Amino acid sequence: MTVLAPPAPTLLEDLRRRYFATPLQAAVSLFSLAVIVFLAWKILNWALLSAVFTADGGPEACHAAAGACWSVIAARWRIILFGLYPFEEQWRSALACVAVVAMTVLSCIPACWTGRRIAAIWVAGTALFYILMKGGIFGLAYIGEEQWGGLALTLFIFVTTCLIGFPLSIGLALMRRSQLPWISRTTGIIIDGVRSLPLISILFTFAIVLPFALPQWLQGDKLYRVILGSALFFSAYQAEIVRGGMQGVPKGQEEASMALGLSYWQSISRILLPQAMRNALPATINQFVISFKETSLVVIIGFFEILASGNAAYGTGEWRFAYVEVYVFIALIYFVFVFSLSRYGAFLERRMAVGER
Amino acid sequence: MGRLLRNQKVRNGLLQALYVGALGMLILAGTLIARRNLAAQGITSGFDFLFKSTGWDLNFALLPATAMDPYWWYFTVGILNTLFLGTFGLALATVVGTIVGLARTSSNDLARLLGRTYVDIFRNIPLILQVFFWYAVITHLPSPRGAQPSWGMFLTSRGLYVPAPNVGPWSLTIAVAAILAAIVLPLWIGRTARIDRPLGDRATLQLAAAAAALACAALALLAGRLPETPFLDMPALQGLNLRGGLRVPPEFSALVVAIGIYGGSYIAEIVRGGFKSVGTGQMEAAGSLGLTAWQTFTLVRLPLALRAMLPILANQYVWLMKATTMGIAVGFSDFFMIVALTINHSGQTIEAIGLLMAGFLAINLSLAFFFNRINKAIALKGNQLRG
Repeated sequence: MTVLAPPAPTLLEDLRRRYFATPLQAAVSLFSLAVIVFLAWKILNWALLSAVFTADGGPEACHAAAGACWSVIAARWRIILFGLYPFEEQWRSALACVAVVAMTVLSCIPACWTGRRIAAIWVAGTALFYILMKGGIFGLAYIGEEQWGGLALTLFIFVTTCLIGFPLSIGLALMRRSQLPWISRTTGIIIDGVRSLPLISILFTFAIVLPFALPQWLQGDKLYRVILGSALFFSAYQAEIVRGGMQGVPKGQEEASMALGLSYWQSISRILLPQAMRNALPATINQFVISFKETSLVVIIGFFEILASGNAAYGTGEWRFAYVEVYVFIALIYFVFVFSLSRYGAFLERRMAVGER
Repeated sequence: MGRLLRNQKVRNGLLQALYVGALGMLILAGTLIARRNLAAQGITSGFDFLFKSTGWDLNFALLPATAMDPYWWYFTVGILNTLFLGTFGLALATVVGTIVGLARTSSNDLARLLGRTYVDIFRNIPLILQVFFWYAVITHLPSPRGAQPSWGMFLTSRGLYVPAPNVGPWSLTIAVAAILAAIVLPLWIGRTARIDRPLGDRATLQLAAAAAALACAALALLAGRLPETPFLDMPALQGLNLRGGLRVPPEFSALVVAIGIYGGSYIAEIVRGGFKSVGTGQMEAAGSLGLTAWQTFTLVRLPLALRAMLPILANQYVWLMKATTMGIAVGFSDFFMIVALTINHSGQTIEAIGLLMAGFLAINLSLAFFFNRINKAIALKGNQLRG
């Protein structure tokens, strides 16, 4: 007896089944199609077909055109990306951004996932970034932090936040699950307290209030205080993620390591942490994504990062009308970073789920 | 001594004392230095400043507040503003999130594509960028002179002008409360009415309760009408400006729209997750019992999905509530902005920061408490729970 496959439906039949099975389905399909076509046409028309791309015509050419005025980007991209960084030295700022991107890509490769390699990549990348931006050695001209701006400043705050916050978060997580009641309770209060506050209020406290409570020699630059505050906030959230990962490690693992006579640090660094970090990886990447988006908040404290430089790019005189284009440009930059990171996170989750099956 | 240090108990005790002591010393030293620095600027610590008048004005207040009012009143107004903004933002985010989330779980490819595009775009752009964007959009609208009315409303660069009822404040409050009761009462009756009562009886009771509450609302509105004015105060152009009606300031609308759209993209994912967690067996069972598609949705899928969503939703609500502090970026007088202004004007740094922390702790804890109660109330009862 031969089993016959059901006849393949014709294209029309297939469409009818998928989109017009019931009257409700048909209505939903038609409505969605209308919205998609309308939006796609509007956006295509605005962003490409009737847009102005060159800055030659100046703002006047834009007033005549119906679409987007990308000439504001052509005219002001340097201020958006580099802020107040000196014009001749802006290649350094661009190179520093490339270094950060390369560092991120490197740390996404599984071959680099040992504690030592990740740490080496991040420390080397940040040092390279810092030297390139600040100069003062290797014949590079000195440029102080107050002149940093735009994308480079955003990336610097993000990278240093992670670099300080990540080890701190592991420390906090270890202390929170400590056997000693006073240590775990106090750490718990710190973590929960920080988590219940809005990030802006913490940044504000570190930038403006902390100088009152510190002796003169400890105050440092406002930028570094804000980075510390942001790192504290990051580590409070990340500590809970790491703790969640540690709870996913079976109790027997730690007991076995104790039975083998490993010391506390050996059992933490060789048995507990590697397994905990693997459990916590998807949530960790999510936290990186969130904290990258949140670096934009420093604009409120008065830093000239990419959002503030965008405001400045359209805020003066002739380009005042072109705010949509500037915001779309900045949103695109954020989107590229955040979307690729979160897609990578989703990919990792699937990849690890294969091993668990 | 060396032997003592090798004792595990002694070492643990010392370690803990060292940790807590170091933290305590840090806080104490910080406070002492801050007090000395502030005293050098002629600022006395303590909470006496709460009763002094502020000397600056608010651009948005639900209750009357002038520069003559004391600081404690300003803090109260600020918390109210934060809660007010949060309520509208969360409500909009929930509506947007439910619609987009349902589109994402739909069996229709096109609807799914739309939902997914929405989530991918708005989740991946920082909230504050969206706040700036909507604020710029609103402030670039035509001025009141050039604005065209639509349905009695004016969209202008000075804000949104909507018709407002000419009713005294107290009867307005009563009317709003009565309208809320019209929503809550039927739900409460549905929960508490005896289960063996016929379904039709319950529905009649619910309808009657809702109608009674709505009648109360109408009565309150009619009784509180200001004499010799039309019932609705319509905004109208007079000279260069719009008079009458209610003005929604651009800061407020920009924040509500931004929080609604951004939060909506997160809530959509929570809604999707909730619906995904309902096993297909449930739907198949409902179908084989002869339930219609609508009944399957309202009686089986929605209640089960809601239970799965609620704890995550509560976290998201707390997060969005904290996000109202973005108000300071566009100049909306929320709680945080009032604290920041207090620090600028009075210099009472430590006290103001303490109040800020206490305020947010109170808001977050009460939100968490509220959601825990709901969660407990709707949790599945019995011992035959299955995933």
